[in-house]
Amino acid sequence: MTNLKHTDDKKQKNLVTSFYKSFKSFSASLPVFIGIVLLLGLFRVNVSPQLISSIFRGDFFWDVILGSTIGSISAGNPITSYIIGAELLKEGVSLFAVTAFIVAWVTVGIIQFPAESAILGKQFALKRNLISFILAILVSLATVTVLMMIR
Amino acid sequence: MKDKIEKEKEKGRWISLYFLGLVIILYLFIFGLNIENAYNSLKASGDIFVKLIPVLFLVVFLMGLLNYFLRPKAISKYLGKDSGARGWILAVLAGIISHGPIYAWYPLLKELRKQGMRQGLAAVFLYNRAIKIPLLPVMIYYFGIAFTVILLVFTVIASLVEGKVIDMSEA
Repeated sequence: MTNLKHTDDKKQKNLVTSFYKSFKSFSASLPVFIGIVLLLGLFRVNVSPQLISSIFRGDFFWDVILGSTIGSISAGNPITSYIIGAELLKEGVSLFAVTAFIVAWVTVGIIQFPAESAILGKQFALKRNLISFILAILVSLATVTVLMMIR
Repeated sequence: MKDKIEKEKEKGRWISLYFLGLVIILYLFIFGLNIENAYNSLKASGDIFVKLIPVLFLVVFLMGLLNYFLRPKAISKYLGKDSGARGWILAVLAGIISHGPIYAWYPLLKELRKQGMRQGLAAVFLYNRAIKIPLLPVMIYYFGIAFTVILLVFTVIASLVEGKVIDMSEA
């Protein structure tokens, strides 16, 4: 906090420019935000839990990968993913697949990808989403295996 | 160097405008096919946007404070190359505490990175946004407490693995 030594006058000026700078760099991201929100609206109206659950087949590995894939494409409030996940369990989809689905829902963002790569860089966004996709599967395998062991 | 940064900025601006343009074209297309669907989607988007506004204000405010208080030196100490365990813990906690949609936080991360934060820590922050304290009761309600606790532990571990891999790929 070296800036505490600054004179009051200079401090005030800095505070204003600091906020101006933050507003400016934020407003540059606004078109992407609006685009993402519009996509999320489309998603909410057109993709129903029934549609998602109709894709699972009952094959263990296929369903886990599918869970992670659908979670990656989907976006929105995590609560929605819990509700869909619980529905999927009721319909007989495995907990492995459902866990991969709810983890990928929050950690991989295909819909947000354009925003992430425009703001944080394409390389970073690609790497992060790819690793998160694989990790969703591994986290699901680890979580459900441990859960089965303690039960 | 400065030219390069300006060029990158310009490029980013165009990409974001192209993206918005494509989404608008998609909407126009759906509007032609099914007016009601397009209208409902627009309405849903409006709802999402209204909920987003407070978070956007919070992020702009935090970015302003950050610009004002933090100097690159402090950032490199806490979040830079030599930040060590302190950096990891800070990124995990910040990811858990921060709320609102993930994309609202991209500009803040960009700002921090410009000032010397490690790439891996940005990834750790983003991964830990999977853990939201206010949502935990909901998760426990649907999946049980044992599942929730185990999942949280593995989520934090996975975030650190991801951060490490991204840092290594940068080196």
